[in-house]
Amino acid sequence: MLEVKNLHKVYDGHGRRVTAVGDLTFTVPEGQFACVVGPSGCGKTTLLRVLAGLLPATSGEVTVRGTPVTAPPPDLAVVFQEYGRSLFPWLRVRANVELPLKAQGMGRAQRRELASEALEAVGLSDVDNAYPWQLSGGMQQRVAIARAIAYQPKVLLMDEPFAAVDAQTRADLEDLVRSVWQRLGVTLLFVTHDIDEAVYLGQRVIVLSASPTTVAEDLAIDLPAERDQLATRSDPRFTELRGQVYARIQQVKRAPAAEGASA
Amino acid sequence: MRFLRRVLLALGLPVVLVAAWWFGSAGSQDFYWPSLSTIVDAFGRTWTWEMFQEQVFPSLWRLLAGYLIAVVVGVALGVLIGTYGSVRALLEPVLEFLRAFPPPVLVPAAILLSGIGDRTKILVIVFGCVWPVLLNTIEGVRGRDEVLSDTCRTYRVTGLLRLRHLVLRAASPQIVTGARQALPLAIILMVISEIMAANEGLGFTVLQFQRGFQIPEMWSGVLLLGLIGIVLSLLFRVAERSLLGWYHGQRAGQREF
Repeated sequence: MLEVKNLHKVYDGHGRRVTAVGDLTFTVPEGQFACVVGPSGCGKTTLLRVLAGLLPATSGEVTVRGTPVTAPPPDLAVVFQEYGRSLFPWLRVRANVELPLKAQGMGRAQRRELASEALEAVGLSDVDNAYPWQLSGGMQQRVAIARAIAYQPKVLLMDEPFAAVDAQTRADLEDLVRSVWQRLGVTLLFVTHDIDEAVYLGQRVIVLSASPTTVAEDLAIDLPAERDQLATRSDPRFTELRGQVYARIQQVKRAPAAEGASA
Repeated sequence: MRFLRRVLLALGLPVVLVAAWWFGSAGSQDFYWPSLSTIVDAFGRTWTWEMFQEQVFPSLWRLLAGYLIAVVVGVALGVLIGTYGSVRALLEPVLEFLRAFPPPVLVPAAILLSGIGDRTKILVIVFGCVWPVLLNTIEGVRGRDEVLSDTCRTYRVTGLLRLRHLVLRAASPQIVTGARQALPLAIILMVISEIMAANEGLGFTVLQFQRGFQIPEMWSGVLLLGLIGIVLSLLFRVAERSLLGWYHGQRAGQREF
């Protein structure tokens, strides 16, 4: 479970105070797939970094599975947007996936097994011996996802993971993430700027306002659990929900909260 | 065909220069500028296996010892300084001061303190070679990609595993650059320390030849030093290729896209 209570984050530097997150409160229950969307510069990445324990909050409280976050929590994995920079270029694909397991002190045999399973799940069994930079962008992001799977997290955070891949690869990866979520039963927080993607993927879409960020809308996505790129996207309900989210974002973009417009 | 072209390009100029030297100096009567054929002749006579054992190997041993110690010390200190801002603030003024010394100037003082044995010469080499390694390592450690650091933090990769797989590897292109800059320095300091304080070694031998007016032998010693430099830089390149294969591969890939 993921709890954010009155989260407030101010960047203070060079004589300029920038409020990245105003006052954010929401809860993601165990096992939910929640998407976070918002206009660009609304502090989505800041939120994710605070949740991951990579950045201290200025005030407010963030708890992951009941424990306040002060450092990166155990059982939490992150898939970063910059796949090219989050994989170790000097390690082969398999070693990249195994490294976090090695850090846990896991034995070689078990490491190998988990990594093989994870690579198989993302369809990369045949390139485990390649270096990341020998793969296409979409494949690199699959490696990053495999690394997260092998880690067996209880909570998975994804920060605009498909922002830099082409449209077709993106559709494949979206379905991959859905199936991974269903299989692992993790709590998944997926940050994106793409409204279609948010509605297609999530059980719930949290719309953030422009900076200083608050929750502008919290929408349950009542689409059937089995999603399909063609069927779901042509579902009238999909179009309706998508329209709602879109309208809400346009609204918050036009009328940013009083002191905002900085970040 | 492409390979042939590369070999020709790489060897072309050296061959031309050596040929120019050979024919230009042929039949030279100048005592101080003997012909290349005389020097080559002297080379074969001078640098025998015994000579290598007595004069060359001790020099090479000091060179390698000094160089390797410098690399290890430079990397270790560089990682510390690059990682901890407070260590950097503490050490930086002292390091700037020490770095300003030309290393040869230390030789007389070092002789007084620890004699003319191996220790002095190795120390001088270490003192001169440590700087490029140190400064480049600091840059490499500080310039590491934040996303990779974040990745290590979220996946709780810490301690020695982090040092080995993140800190050192991420800085390795810069470390190699520093080590490459230090290599010729090591050769120079080896020779200088032997010219100033030794009773054996390559630098000492070349100086003895010069003092004894054995001019072709002296030139052959200079030639040998040059050859040692070439061999060492070739060895360095082989080591670099296996160490930084990922780096060159990645860069080649980026140029392609």
